[in-house]
Amino acid sequence: MSGRDRVLGRIRRALGEQGAGEGGIGRAPGEPGAGEGGIPRDYLRVHGDRTPAESADLLAANLAEYRAKVHRTDEDGLAPLLAALLAERGARTVLVPPGLPPSWLDAAQAVRVEDRAGSTPYALDAVDSVVTGCALAVAETGTIVLDGGPDQGRRRITLIPDHHICVVRVPDQLVDSVPQALERLDPTRPLTWISGPSATSDIELDRVEGVHGPRTLEVVLINPPAQ
Amino acid sequence: MTATHLGMPAFPAAAREAVRDDVLRANLRRATHTIRDKRARAVSELADWDRLRAAGKAVKDHTLRHLDHYLLRLEAAVTAAGGTVHWAADAAEANRIVTALVLATGEREVVKVKSMATQEIGLNEALEAAGIAAYETDLAELIVQMGHDRPSHILVPAIHLNRAEIREVFRTEMGRWGRPAPDGLGDDPRELAEAARLHLREKFLHAKVAVSGANFMVAETGTMVVFESEGNGRMCLTLPETLISVVGIEKVVPTFRDLEIFLQTLPRSSTAERMNPYTTMWTGLGPSKGADGDGPAAFHLVLLDNGRTDTLADEVGRQALRCIRCSACLNVCPVYERAGGHAYGSVYPGPIGAILSPQLRGTDEEIDASLPYASTLCGACYEVCPVAIDIPEVLLHLRERVAQGGPATREGIRVRIRPARGHTAERAALRAARLLLERPGALRAGERLLSRARRLRPRRLPGPGRAWTDSRELPRPPREPFRDWWARERGGRA
Ligand code: SF4
Repeated sequence: MSGRDRVLGRIRRALGEQGAGEGGIGRAPGEPGAGEGGIPRDYLRVHGDRTPAESADLLAANLAEYRAKVHRTDEDGLAPLLAALLAERGARTVLVPPGLPPSWLDAAQAVRVEDRAGSTPYALDAVDSVVTGCALAVAETGTIVLDGGPDQGRRRITLIPDHHICVVRVPDQLVDSVPQALERLDPTRPLTWISGPSATSDIELDRVEGVHGPRTLEVVLINPPAQ
Repeated sequence: MTATHLGMPAFPAAAREAVRDDVLRANLRRATHTIRDKRARAVSELADWDRLRAAGKAVKDHTLRHLDHYLLRLEAAVTAAGGTVHWAADAAEANRIVTALVLATGEREVVKVKSMATQEIGLNEALEAAGIAAYETDLAELIVQMGHDRPSHILVPAIHLNRAEIREVFRTEMGRWGRPAPDGLGDDPRELAEAARLHLREKFLHAKVAVSGANFMVAETGTMVVFESEGNGRMCLTLPETLISVVGIEKVVPTFRDLEIFLQTLPRSSTAERMNPYTTMWTGLGPSKGADGDGPAAFHLVLLDNGRTDTLADEVGRQALRCIRCSACLNVCPVYERAGGHAYGSVYPGPIGAILSPQLRGTDEEIDASLPYASTLCGACYEVCPVAIDIPEVLLHLRERVAQGGPATREGIRVRIRPARGHTAERAALRAARLLLERPGALRAGERLLSRARRLRPRRLPGPGRAWTDSRELPRPPREPFRDWWARERGGRA
C-alpha cells in the first residue's frame, strides 16, 4: 500500500462517521451538501476608521517602530530623494527590476545593474542597493508586500543586497488591514511580506537587526500631488 | 516515531554548573516573562482577538473533520502548480523520501530552515547516515547544531545558552562547518550575528537543495506559507534549485482567505509583534512554472502523518492538532519556566509538548507516559492559546489513559492501552516527576541539564502535581519555592 493510501485510510477511519454531519467526508464548504463549516467570520475587517492620510501615518509609524527608515515625498520629489538616499548610503551600484520606471533613478549617481534570469546569487551579492516598488502595504501591521511584479522583480533581488529601498504609492497601494490585503493579492504569485528589516533575538533575547536579509530597509511613501 | 530524547543521564560538573544555573534560570525567566508581557500588549491592540481566536479554532476543527478532502485538494493544487506531492505515513518513510530526493539531485549538502517536523522525524540524522550534510540556518538552530546540543524552546531554541557560550561554540566549531568565525570574535550579540551572517551567506549562495517545513498550506490554491524573522527562510526558499518541504498533514487550511486569521494571531502570539519581519508564500513553481528564475525549479511537498492520524482518532485529544506552534503556552507555563525545554524529552516542549508527544508517540516510553503529569493544570496555556486548545482537558484525558488504560489508535490500528502496570496513578505520576524533573536525560546535552533541572525544580506543586514532589528523593529546593512564586505571580489574578 502506498503511503498516500495508508494516510488517507487512517484519516477516514479516524473520522468515522464524524464528518458526515456537515456534508460528510470528502465534502467541503462551498460545495453542494456542505455549509461554510460553521466558521464564524465576525472578526473585524479593519481595526479603526481612518482617513487615507491617517492610514499613511499609521503605516509610517509602524514601519519606523520596526526600524525601517521611512521617507515621504511626492512624484516630483522621488528621483531626487532616491538619488540622495543612495548617495548617503555610498552605493556605487543599484539593482533594478526590469519594470522599474526609469525616471525614478534619473538623478542617481549609482550604476544601474539590471537583474537577469542568469544573474547568480554571487553577482547579486556584489551589488550595494536595490530599489523596487511593491504590490501593496498594510498600515495596521507596518508591512509591505511584494508579489514579483515588473517593478519588484525576482524575490532574490530584494534579499541578497544589504540595502533595500521600497517605494509605496499612497493611498493607491495602501490598505489598512490584513484581511483587506489578502483580498487584493493573487496567491499564485510568489508573495513576500516584509515588516521591517530582518531581525533575531536568538542571543539572550537581545534584538539584533539584520541577519540575512537587507539590514537596512528604507520605505518611501509617495503622496499624490496636493489638490 | 523517532527522536525520543531519552538517553543516559550523566553527572553534573558541579562547580561550573552552579554558576551556569543562575544564568539559565535568569535567561529562561527573562525570556518567558518578556515575551508574555509583550504578547499581552500585542493582543490587546486587537479588539476582536476573541473572535479571531474562535475563527482560528473553527477553521482548524473544520479542516480536521474533512482532512482527507482538504489534503486531496491540496495535492491537486500543488501538482497543478508544478510541485510534486509525497505522502509519508511515518518518520522512516519521510526520511526515505527526502533522502532519495536529495541523492537524486547529485548534491551532498542541504540548507535547512527551522522546522519542527524535520526535527520530529530525525531527518538530519537520516541524511547524515546517507552521507548528506544538513546545515541548519536559523541562528539559534545553528548554535544548537554546532554545539551538539538540542533546542529548548520552540521560538528561541538556544534560550539555555548565554552569549559567552555561543561565542565559544562559534570559535571552536564554525570552522569545521564552513567559513570560520573571525579572529578575536567578541560576545556582543551584534558581532555574533554578523559572524553567523558571513558563515551562512557562503552556504546560501551556493546551496542547490533546501529543506523546509511550513506554517500553513492552503488547500484551495496549493500555497505554502513560512513565517520567519531572520531571512534565512527566504534564502532557503528562493535561492536553491530544489526545495523540499516536510509538513505535518494538520497544517492545511481550506482557503487563502483563512490566512487572514492566522496572519493576525500567529505573530502576535509568537514573537509578540504586529507582524514578523518576513513571511513567504509560494504556490508550486509560480506562474512561470519555474521558468523565470524566481525560486526553485523543482518543489517537493512531503505530507507527514507520523502519529497525527492516531491523534485525530481521539475525539478529545485531536484538538492538539489545531496547534500553530506559536509557543505562547510555553511562556506562561510555570512548569516550563522551572523545568526548561529539554525536560520534556521531545522536540515539542512545554504544555503543547505535554499533550502532543504522548499522542504522536504513544505512552509506551516512560517519558511519554509522564508528560501528561507535567502540569499544574492552572489553565494559563489555554487562556493564551490562539486556537483555544483546552490543554488541561487533554492532559486529564491522557492521565486517565495512562492510569486506567483505555482505547487508543497506534499506527492506524485501534488498540487498548493497559493501565500503568503495577502502579497506582499516583505512583506513575511520581515516576513521571522524577523522570521529567530529575533526569531529562539529554543525549549529549544531558550533563548540564541534569544539574539545571535539579536546581530549578519546585519543591512542591499544587493540586494533582503534588504527586510529583511528595518524595524524599527530591533533594535541593530552588531558591524561590514554587508555591511562593505561584502566589506572587498568579495568586492575585484568579
Ligand atoms: S498549543 Fe496553542 S499556545 Fe501552545 S504553541 Fe500551540 S497554538 Fe500556541
